[in-house]
Amino acid sequence: MQVLLGIGGSDDSMRALERAVDRVAETGDDLTVAILRNPASEAEPAEIERRVRSILDEADVSASVRHLEGDPGSQLVDLAEREGFDRIVLGGGETSPMGKIKLGSISEFVLLNSHVSVTLVR
Amino acid sequence: MTDDGSYPAEPAGPFPDPPTTVEDAEGRSITVRRYDPEADREALAAMYEAFDPADRAQGIPPTGETRIADWLDSITGPETVNVVACHDDAVVGHATLVPDEDATAELAIFVLQAYQGAGIGTSLLETLLGAGQAAGIERVWLTVERWNEPAISLYEKVGFEASDTESFEHEMTLRLH
Repeated sequence: MQVLLGIGGSDDSMRALERAVDRVAETGDDLTVAILRNPASEAEPAEIERRVRSILDEADVSASVRHLEGDPGSQLVDLAEREGFDRIVLGGGETSPMGKIKLGSISEFVLLNSHVSVTLVR
Repeated sequence: MTDDGSYPAEPAGPFPDPPTTVEDAEGRSITVRRYDPEADREALAAMYEAFDPADRAQGIPPTGETRIADWLDSITGPETVNVVACHDDAVVGHATLVPDEDATAELAIFVLQAYQGAGIGTSLLETLLGAGQAAGIERVWLTVERWNEPAISLYEKVGFEASDTESFEHEMTLRLH
């Protein structure tokens, strides 16, 4: 399976990467990591890439790492559909002080617009 | 949610100090009072065990004994403000303020299904806000599903105003001080 993971540097997106990498290590799926510009995160793309590569190295999983410029949700859906990915994987959202699950703006856009199956990692 | 500009300019209220006792629309005598962690924990957990999961919102209340216990630990901890609505020995409603930062807190309220639509929610909310005011909380925010009109009108009735209607959930704010 061709898996496209979108990551913008938020905590939930980093957790999603860790879980996806563990899964790929078992299944041998083909993983592509797309680094996005998440307006809600202050992480720099270069810093995100460094963290991504360190997680990949640690798990001994290889993946192609790409950078997407511009609007993150639409660019991710566009890439997934254009290049025939089977699945998009994203962080499952942050929780409020109360424990309420809050979807990020990227997942919200992707869920409503993607024709490719979407997994939110909880 | 600490951006002061998202909150109404004027404080809402006045709100009652707990405890308050009301007769609900079904003629039941309901007391709303501060939550006592020692005495009320078991009855509060029992309310959430009995809670209809169809009324969950954004993942809360969670289901199952362990998840309920973990969640109650986190929302009844230090600095939180909690009130319960009691009918005889049973807890039938619960409202909570969980601080995020800068004298700001997130609000949630749950009423057991058999007690909904009887005016208990209004009493719980007003009493919670009175307790929150007394505890020095200045700003309160919440999210509610945008289709949940009964809840939205209840929040408006006690003074909440819509602050963000663009997202999945409707966000509302209220000023206490």
